[in-house]
Amino acid sequence: MERIKVGEVSLEALTAGDGPSLLFLHGGDYFAQHRGLFDRLARQFRVFAPRHPGFGNSERPDGFRTVNDLAYLYLDLLENRDFGKTILVGASFGGWIALEMCVRCCEAIDRLVLIDSVGVKFGGREERDITDIYALPSDELLRRSFFDPERMAPDYARLDDDALGIVARDRQATALYGWRPYMHNPGLRLWLHRVRAPTLVIWGENDGIVTPDYGRKLCRSLPNARFEPIRQAGHYPQIERPDEVADAIERFARAEVL
Amino acid sequence: MKVWHFSEMAYHPAWPELRDSYRVVIPSRLFDPKVGADLYHRYLDEWALCDELGINIMTNEHHATATCADSVCTIPMAILARETRKVRLLALGMPIGNRNDPIRVAEEYSMLDVISRGRIEMGFVKGVPFEISPANTNPADLMERFWEAHDLILKAMTTHDGPFNWEGTHFHYRSVNVWPRPWQQPHPPVWMPVGSPGSATEAAERGMTIGVLNTGWVRTPPIFEAYRKKAAEVGRPMTPQRLAYMALIGVGNTREEGERRADQILGYSRTSGIVAPQFMNPPGYASVAQSAQAIKMSGAGFRAGRIQSRDGRNIDPRTMTVADAIDAGLVFAGTPDHVFDQLRAFYDHVGGFGHLLMMGQGGLLDHGETVANLSLFSREVLPRVGDLGAM
Repeated sequence: MERIKVGEVSLEALTAGDGPSLLFLHGGDYFAQHRGLFDRLARQFRVFAPRHPGFGNSERPDGFRTVNDLAYLYLDLLENRDFGKTILVGASFGGWIALEMCVRCCEAIDRLVLIDSVGVKFGGREERDITDIYALPSDELLRRSFFDPERMAPDYARLDDDALGIVARDRQATALYGWRPYMHNPGLRLWLHRVRAPTLVIWGENDGIVTPDYGRKLCRSLPNARFEPIRQAGHYPQIERPDEVADAIERFARAEVL
Repeated sequence: MKVWHFSEMAYHPAWPELRDSYRVVIPSRLFDPKVGADLYHRYLDEWALCDELGINIMTNEHHATATCADSVCTIPMAILARETRKVRLLALGMPIGNRNDPIRVAEEYSMLDVISRGRIEMGFVKGVPFEISPANTNPADLMERFWEAHDLILKAMTTHDGPFNWEGTHFHYRSVNVWPRPWQQPHPPVWMPVGSPGSATEAAERGMTIGVLNTGWVRTPPIFEAYRKKAAEVGRPMTPQRLAYMALIGVGNTREEGERRADQILGYSRTSGIVAPQFMNPPGYASVAQSAQAIKMSGAGFRAGRIQSRDGRNIDPRTMTVADAIDAGLVFAGTPDHVFDQLRAFYDHVGGFGHLLMMGQGGLLDHGETVANLSLFSREVLPRVGDLGAM
């Protein structure tokens, strides 16, 4: 991990590989489990995976507390770092950030990849589009998050205090940005037509946090998107099926625009 | 020393139907309004009796739970402000980081203070972690919101020359102008329950009275010590009246009678921590270090390590006996002599305090037994505690 500055904000970031730029925006939990995906993507892309302010060892400046702030921060990053045309990948909570960026400006974004994204509300006021992860017993949360929870669940008892502190910070920051309204921006749906970058919507077929049905609705709401389900994967296909997800991203990056 | 009678107004008739959680997710069909009305009235009668017994009154609030049917701490106070004449009324208190409208809190407390002719004491509470879900407030910035609400409420209650502007991080008003203004000047005394030396320090900086609940023989001394140290550092006058301790108290004509009453009141301790574990550690509610430990221990079970015996043994509150609870400093029980001696020993152990928050009713203790408990305490123990903590 290295440290970078975006304006006054200091971020911890993982960088790897060479090729077209790929900015990966992570979700709320399990960042440490992304190694397999990053190794694969680094064969084709210059991968850049920052830890959002308040997550990991990235500081959160005073007053910095909404997903809007994150969106502007990463638009600044794309402009200032001269990434060239970039493939923007957002997973779960990171997908919400990516959507907020794209409705503002797609100038520097060549293609958009959403993986089991949150951020948009489709249902009525008494329907819950996005599972309340804070109200579930831990075993059910794991079952809804992974196709194979036995294989994927981290053994927290074996982590050292620093690693556990990072997990706690990640969860705290996720709550800070996403608690209410829960994991979405009520106004975002109005502006999805502005997501002009060609978009690939990747979804774990067994996602019990945001279902594939939600993913298809999201895909249909975007002007230039197609849907790609990943078999035997839950909310984190990039962790459970890193090769399949990397393959899908690579194919999408090479393909003629839809 | 001032003594306050506290009851959570438990809706215990639902308890036999509950298993893994007494809070948050339990359906309200388990609450029978006719049974509930009778319970509310009897708890209010017990508080009203305190006016004759010379015992002050304390209420609290919890949400979505059968352990405490007092979901608005100022509602019993509104009734008691008129039903009583002499004793003081402590609402401990208002979860101001969970309420959306601090101005409404200022209005409620101000009205109560005027109606009671200056007998209100105002509690501001962080709230236990499982209050987050019923309020759906963000746990990650709870204390930031708490302190902004605290500052706004006090400014609103002490500003008497027309509207002022408040555009803060969490609360926005362009015309704050609270009517009525409070009876007590500049404002009623301010309390905060604390459970750690860190929060005691924050209360000491502001001269708040701290109420320490369920911390017992082992965890109370460092909390009081942190308060005294900080008060000295910032030059706040330190008196025992800044410190309050809650104990469950069962007093009887015999040791057996007192301990039997305490055993029933312990129904409070045995149930109040039974919560589905996913509501115990909302992200950001506790410090990163505390949360990290909770993640490590997830699955390790029920509130491990919260209650300790004097020799450092962990006590499971669900199965705690009266003897365990006396040892842990949570209960004072027996004859008036026993109760006074246990109180005196605890008082000396923690370096003194000025308020005894007496849970004189809890769990299944019925009306007759509660009246007997409070009356005997008033007659035989109260006259002897006056000298403790007098300064």
